[in-house]
Amino acid sequence: MTRKTLSVCIGLALTALAASALAADTLAVVATTPDLGAIARAVGGDRVEVTSIARPTEDPHFVDARPSFVRTLNKADVLVEGGAYLEAGWLPPLVDGARNSKIAAGAPGRIVASQGIALRDVPTSLDRSMGDVHPLGNPHYLLDPVNAKTAAGTIAAGLCAVDAAGCDLYREGAQRFAAAIDAKLPQWQSALAAVKGAKVVTYHKNFDYLADRFGLVVFDNLEPKPGIPPSPTHIAELVPRMQAAGVKLILVEPNREQQTPEFVADKTGARVVPLPLMPGGEEASDYVALIDYDVKQIAAAAKATGAPGAR
Amino acid sequence: MDPDRRWWCAFALTLCTALDASGRALAGEPGATDAAALRQQLDETQRLLRELQTNFEKQNRAMKAQIDSLERQLRDQGKVVESLKAGPAVKPAAAVPAAAVPPPPATPPPIVPAAAPPSAPAVGGGAQPAQPWSPTAPIQLFGVGGAYMNVSFDLLVDAGWSTEADVPLIEPGDHDPKVRGFTIPNAEVVFDGAVDPYFKGLADVVWKIDQTGETTVELEEAYVVTTSLPWDLQVKAGQQFVDFGRINLQHPHQWDFVDQALVINRMFGPEGLRSAGAKVGWLVPTPFYSELVLSVLNSNGEGAFSFDSGEPLFGRPPVDRPVSAPNDLLYAPRYSASFDLTDSQTIVAGVSGAFGPNSSGTNTFTQIYGGDLYWKWKPAWQSGGFPFVAWQTEALGRRYEAGMAEIPSADESLPPLVLPRENVDDWGLYSQITYGFRPRWVAGLRGDWVGSDHGSFPDDPSRGERYRISPDLTFYPSEFSKLRLQYNFDHGEMIGDQSSVWLQLEVLLGAHAAHKF
Repeated sequence: MTRKTLSVCIGLALTALAASALAADTLAVVATTPDLGAIARAVGGDRVEVTSIARPTEDPHFVDARPSFVRTLNKADVLVEGGAYLEAGWLPPLVDGARNSKIAAGAPGRIVASQGIALRDVPTSLDRSMGDVHPLGNPHYLLDPVNAKTAAGTIAAGLCAVDAAGCDLYREGAQRFAAAIDAKLPQWQSALAAVKGAKVVTYHKNFDYLADRFGLVVFDNLEPKPGIPPSPTHIAELVPRMQAAGVKLILVEPNREQQTPEFVADKTGARVVPLPLMPGGEEASDYVALIDYDVKQIAAAAKATGAPGAR
Repeated sequence: MDPDRRWWCAFALTLCTALDASGRALAGEPGATDAAALRQQLDETQRLLRELQTNFEKQNRAMKAQIDSLERQLRDQGKVVESLKAGPAVKPAAAVPAAAVPPPPATPPPIVPAAAPPSAPAVGGGAQPAQPWSPTAPIQLFGVGGAYMNVSFDLLVDAGWSTEADVPLIEPGDHDPKVRGFTIPNAEVVFDGAVDPYFKGLADVVWKIDQTGETTVELEEAYVVTTSLPWDLQVKAGQQFVDFGRINLQHPHQWDFVDQALVINRMFGPEGLRSAGAKVGWLVPTPFYSELVLSVLNSNGEGAFSFDSGEPLFGRPPVDRPVSAPNDLLYAPRYSASFDLTDSQTIVAGVSGAFGPNSSGTNTFTQIYGGDLYWKWKPAWQSGGFPFVAWQTEALGRRYEAGMAEIPSADESLPPLVLPRENVDDWGLYSQITYGFRPRWVAGLRGDWVGSDHGSFPDDPSRGERYRISPDLTFYPSEFSKLRLQYNFDHGEMIGDQSSVWLQLEVLLGAHAAHKF
């Protein structure tokens, strides 16, 4: 009997070893937002198991620090964050609670995707009377596909630091991702060539990088100041200015309230363009599909309104 | 394989081997062939363990090397940043990692606002272009990344009226409105940050103006938290709110209502349960989130109301209770767990206890038990954190062993009032629901109820049955300010029927602490 017990015990232990050895081949990667999750998945392929904290359709500034994520982060090998204070309202208590030194600030398992990306709108002085200005600059940089390539490189370098054995695979993944973007970029640019120089209004300062990349000009925001909801005064002042400047496109994330954009569109003859911020929703499953979708949305709306180009 | 799993496997193997060996010894089964097989298996096990150890050490060395190289990189980047700061006129090139391709030169990304290309004008309601530093500009002492700690200042201002002129009778909390008219219940300075790679620190100093117009200062919290203990442990040491239930850990400006919940006041006093001590928290390795916590604290002082507070309670004058044995300290265990019911609904449930000596006798103790439940719905399409619905309930019960006391009568001719040694029981609950029905607006409703048995001390103002209904409406102009209007209908054995209306303003300057769930 005892010999049987022993062999069962050793058998079990060996199974556990084998199972964990197999599990060791996949890195547990947690991404704060689904766009980073999608890029990490493109870079790591089957060697990573990616979980995203924020839901694809929600406002990434106001994610709930649900305790289940403490558990997820406790078991994570790698945490990929956007940085630039996007997650400042909810990530710190999760990381503190997770007690995981692998993902502590400065550890190899903590990848900050904004590293190496030149951020827009870095304030020279901090003054909250200007609204909720992010002190390190506008953090919505991933809608520019060129920035996404940089982020993929940063993520690959970070994964290499944690899992040297998979480094070649991560580098290839990042290169493949970059190649996919490079192949698509001319198509996207030609799809939006007709609207180059067109003025657009956005709800929040979410689309500045996208606009910059494709030559759209962000005329103003529906929010009077970042994080402050549209006020009647601001809208009343904005409408005639939009009319005078011939603004025909209003770029809005689908989860925002739609009354204000619809009202402004109605007054100005502009068109509301719903643009998802993150992949993983109904519209797009991965990053390239997201930009594809957003570009098509803008091009279609521009065609419908006959949005004028730059003069 | 991660070190944890490795450790468990080794442990399981050792345990199995030991169990097997002892079982064999008990069974008296010496068989020579068995012994040879066993030896072989043992050798195999030892070999395996050695292998595990070398692998583990190898991995450790690799990790150290990686950390060193990253530190070097950081230093180098620091130098680059310094050099950029030194020469603002020179337009810096973005550092691009290996796999990235530099952006096409036709549209260079703007690096500083001053260098923004003409195609991207400043937006956002007339934002000024960046200005160079001028002598009249405010000097930044604590800019982001420019200081080793976050500093914030939070101010609460209450204003209102109540049918009861003696407001503290119906608003017994220390950070509640105290008078008809204006109260400054809380002006708070918080410093926090990482001490070093091993600790985080926080200090929270509160000023308040009491009903007589006097300013008082209290060191509300001052503690360190460990950041790198093994085995999923975390220790918090110093002056702290005790981890009991939900609301006891919150500062007044985090409350969803203007005033302290009645049951919290009755069990934990006007300040809440707060003392100097240490808390150990263990993240239990369950598939869902759960945490086991034990706090050990001093049982004396103003924050230990039901314990050795040194204040008279239930008619008993306080006696001196020096700390002479471990059970003269305050012990507070807690277990909490959380589940995501759906993609947009989460619950957190917990049970807590607090046990320690009280100052009504030389050998009297207090036990407090509590259960709490929090449920929140926030849809996947939320914008700006809205909409949401949150429901929070806590129920508490207390058994207070009150010592025997003789209270001399004011009239010499009457015999003194003799209070026997007795158990005094109190209980109560609050339940509140908050509904963020549109961006910036939250409506709330809270019900309070407390009750007690009848002890031998008559007409005790700190006991008896009481309930209160409080609807409120809060408007958040931004994340950094709020305006709240609350109505209270109060009914109690000691206070009769009372109504009050309060308006509260909160402003926050400086670092905004992240929201805990």
